[in-house]
Amino acid sequence: MAEHSHAHPDNPLKYYIGVFTLLLVMTGLTVFVAKYDLEHIWPPLNIIVAMTIAVIKATAVVMIFMHVRWSSRLTQLIVVSGIFWLIIMLAFTVSDYYTRGGWPTTLGQ
Amino acid sequence: MAEHATHVEGLAHHFVSMEQQKEAGMVGMWIFLLTEIMFFGGLFLAYTIYRTTYPEGFLFGSHLLNVKLGGTNTVVLIVSSLTMAMAVYYSQKGDRKKLLAFLALTLILGLAFLGIKYVEYSTKIHDGLFPAAATWNPPSEGEHAIPVEKQQAVHVFLWIYFLMTGLHAVHMIVGAGILITLIIMAQRGKFTKNYNSPVEISGLYWHFVDIVWIFLFPLLYLTGYHFTPGGH
Repeated sequence: MAEHSHAHPDNPLKYYIGVFTLLLVMTGLTVFVAKYDLEHIWPPLNIIVAMTIAVIKATAVVMIFMHVRWSSRLTQLIVVSGIFWLIIMLAFTVSDYYTRGGWPTTLGQ
Repeated sequence: MAEHATHVEGLAHHFVSMEQQKEAGMVGMWIFLLTEIMFFGGLFLAYTIYRTTYPEGFLFGSHLLNVKLGGTNTVVLIVSSLTMAMAVYYSQKGDRKKLLAFLALTLILGLAFLGIKYVEYSTKIHDGLFPAAATWNPPSEGEHAIPVEKQQAVHVFLWIYFLMTGLHAVHMIVGAGILITLIIMAQRGKFTKNYNSPVEISGLYWHFVDIVWIFLFPLLYLTGYHFTPGGH
């Protein structure tokens, strides 16, 4: 048990109900915000709001429903490294596209 | 050596203790989920590249999707994640009746998701919006008309929509199969307070599939929600 960074709570049900409520509220919020064209204010604002809400929802699921908050350091390291590698794939590929010039093109316009 | 000699129910012989056995199972599942992150990650990357290339095509395409059905499915999956977490909780408590009840509820919600997805897919196919040569026949007149010059970009969006939600749906079907297996195992009394790793590990899988949908819903359904074709 020494490897475990945090012990499981005796009654995790209150955490589960809390995450469940958060997920429902956040879903309502993301649908509500998506009705408005925030791109008039700043072009990427709609997607930034939507992705921020999605990341908050995903983090709550990973930490509580998937018990990572109470998991061993090894498991936590694996989770973080997975997200890290995903960010490398997305960021490096997108930066490569941008720096080669001519992208985004006007193909879709 | 004494530990090896004592028989512990549910402990495989190559593990020292139940904790070690459980930890090995959890780590193994998380390694699998990393490969799943990269598997879906490739599609999220394709989405990012094509959306940046065809911004208006993605607005048009996203506007074609049914936010009510997609939103309902989001809620269905959130409830199913809660029921799955409850199933894991009651398997740890050794409460077989509640474990079975919550596994069955999760299965029903998973099937409900697939049912709604089926309705969405068949509507799209009926409307000529399945992006294959034989079925692609988008409306160029009427309320849901797609201007001819936008059709290629909308085709790209729908291709990504069907691929991403299709791969997700395949994971849901696998998840339903896993739940059926767990229900059979639980009915046969395979799980005890001390041995419930299959339930916990399957729970990780189910929540992962929920997380994929958490990102798919805003990216696919909500991107064009504020968009009115023709009116700017």
